[in-house]
Order: sequence, then structure tokens, then C-alpha cells
Amino acid sequence: MERPIRVLVAKPGLDGHDRGAKVIARALRDAGMEVIYTGLRQTPEQIVAAAVQEDVEVVAVSILSGAHATLLPRIKSLLKEEGADDMLFVAGGVIPDEDIVFLKENGVAAVFTPGTPTTEAVSFIKENVKK
Amino acid sequence: MADNVKVWQDRRKIAQMITTVENALPGHEEILQDIYKKTGQAYIIGITGPPGAGKSSLTDALSRVYIDMGKRVGVIAIDPTSPFSGGSILGDRIRMNELSTHPQMFIRSMGTRGQLGGLSAATHSAVMVLDACGADILFIETVGVGQSEVEIVKLADTVLMVMVPGLGDDIQTMKAGIMEIGDVFAINKSDLPGADRTKIELEAMLSFLPPKEWRPPVRMVSATEKEGLKELVEAIDEHRTFQEKNKRLEERRKRNVQEALLAILRDKMVARVTSDDRYKRLLEEMVKKEIDPYEAARQLMQK
Repeated sequence: MERPIRVLVAKPGLDGHDRGAKVIARALRDAGMEVIYTGLRQTPEQIVAAAVQEDVEVVAVSILSGAHATLLPRIKSLLKEEGADDMLFVAGGVIPDEDIVFLKENGVAAVFTPGTPTTEAVSFIKENVKK
Repeated sequence: MADNVKVWQDRRKIAQMITTVENALPGHEEILQDIYKKTGQAYIIGITGPPGAGKSSLTDALSRVYIDMGKRVGVIAIDPTSPFSGGSILGDRIRMNELSTHPQMFIRSMGTRGQLGGLSAATHSAVMVLDACGADILFIETVGVGQSEVEIVKLADTVLMVMVPGLGDDIQTMKAGIMEIGDVFAINKSDLPGADRTKIELEAMLSFLPPKEWRPPVRMVSATEKEGLKELVEAIDEHRTFQEKNKRLEERRKRNVQEALLAILRDKMVARVTSDDRYKRLLEEMVKKEIDPYEAARQLMQK
């Protein structure tokens, strides 16, 4: 059997809305990926520790709290510290367009905003993951 | 020892070694050959029970007890893989997030990837990696089990069966397979009504098993309320001491390495035979009834 892509799905920050994260987790599962789901209110440190221990190829975070400009670069720099910045780092959530530019400059490979078809996220991951 | 601590701290390396052995990537045999002599240090505790019994929460709670004792704790948590898409949601970490960053802790999730029996085919390899890298205690959390997922006995030194109140008749149905593999029983969520009855039923059930030198103790716990954990750890330790004193641990591990060797032999034999030129021809002959399967096998086993 072909080796499945491993993805960590996590929610940093303090908002308690995980519907989006669950929908994407389910879509990735149905696309044949192994999704490690870690749930709500994760610190960047917890997310990176989980990503490293699980040796995932993709770190996908969902954030609706508005703290993305702080938390996402923090996750990226912790990944670098761990020597794990080869992992594909993607984000989803309510993120204004002007912030997306900033996030992409700071190591987020793609940002999926509300209304994005799950198939788009699935194909982005499949095309960009480093095997 | 100091060397071990260094290895244990190299999270990324341990994780990548597990990936290599889990997927049988190039170099996996070398890794397992290299670490084999260093295995056997960790005490392996299998955690099993029906879905929703609280296996993850209990694994988290027990890990904390061992961490406080200064132990390095490894967890391998297994969840089912979809037979349709090949994908999976591995959700055991949700209950263990706080321990994620603890330097004495290493947690790895695995999908069953088509394997029946409650474990994944690569669980044993992953166990060996964490063992050789310095874990003192290793928890293997199986998928939620029904009646016959008893593979965990082939890996664990102690099997902890997690039950919950209110399963009623389910206990009866679990009697044949599952009831026989538990070395220690925990009734989790024991703050719920009916816990006492569940305990009595369990004890009664255990009394019906043929008398053995070890009678599995039943302990009431609540993983979330942090109750009864110390007593449960004591029960696990008693089982360990019992096995060490009676050479049971040695026998059990001997049986388990035999299983491991047989599994490798089967893989290698099948690979060798199916790549043999005669294999396809003999299959054809079998279809035409020119040869029977035993004769075909005999011929294939000849060099």
C-alpha cells in the first residue's frame, strides 16, 4: 500500500470553533491521508511538539481568533528551531486579505479562507507536499 | 544512561526512525538490526477496551503518574484506518495535549492500515524504536475493541483492560476473547452510577475463569477526576513483580520474540516465493487442476 500523507490538524489560539478544522480533517481523511487531530486551544509549542513526534509532512492550522499574525509566525519559527521547517505549513480561517500577504512572507504556504472548497485544500497539499 | 537521555531528547530523529520502520522505507532493516540489542529495557503496558471507555484519558493520567516517578514514558496510540479511502483520523492526542511538550514524554499515533486485531503491523517496530531510545514505560493504546482484538497480548508485558459502567450485557459477550487477555482490569468513569455493579459482575466473571496463579485485580478509577490512579499503578506493578519472580516475564517475552521472528519469516518467504518464476506457472497449473496446492507449495519451497 502506498504510504499515506500524514497531516497534523490543530487549532491554535483561544477561539472555540472547531467546525472548520473538523470538516477539513474529514476531507483529508477521505482523500486517503492520515490526519492527526489535536483539538482546540493549542499553544504553538504543543503544535510543534506534536508535529515533530508524529513526523508529519503537513501542519494545517485553523484559526478564527484574529491572533494569526502572532501565532502563525511563532509556529513557523519553532518548526525551524526543531529542524522541521521542511514540513508544509498551511492555515485556514477568517483571515483578511492584507494579512495573507504578511503570513505568506512569514512561512505559511497557503491560506484557505471561508468558502474554499475542501477539494482545493486537498489538491494543494497533494501537489506541494515533500515526500 | 547519559547516552540514553541524549537519544531520548532527539525527538526528530526518533520520530523519523519510527516513520522509516512503519513504512518499511529503505534502511528500516538496518535501523531495527542496529537497535535490537538495546531493546527489552522498557516495560510494555497494553491498554485496551471498548470504544469510549476512556483509554486515551487513562493513558494520559497514568503517564503523569510515571512521569512524576521520574520515568520516561512512550505512548503508541492506534486508531482505525478507513478500509475505503485508506485515510484515518488519529484523535488520541486530544486527551494528551498537555503532555505533548513534556521532555519525559513521547507520543506517536498510528493508523491500523488494514491490520485486524487492534494493532497496526508496524506497532512492534515502533515499540522497539522507543524502547531502544530510552523509554522506561511504554503504553500501547489499541483501537477500541470488540470481541476478538487480542493481538495486544503478543506485544505487552501487562495488558490493562479498561471497562466502564453500564455496558451490561456487553460484558457477557466480551467474555470469550477479551476477558481472557486482561492482566489488570480498570473500571474507568467509576464516578458514574452502576460502577459497583460492574465491579461485582467483573469479579464474578473472573471467578469463572480456570484458576491460575495470577488472578487479575479489578480497580476503580476515574481518569478525569484523577481518582484511583495510584492504586491502579500499584496493581500493574504487582503484576510486573509477579511475572519477574516467576520467570513469567521471560516466558512471555520469549513467546513474543517468537511471534516477531515468525512474522518476518512469513514476509520473507512469501516475498521470495512470489518473486520466483515458477510461482505464476504453478498458479496456472493449479487453476487447470493439473497440480494441487500442497504439491505447488512443496515445489516452491525447494531451492
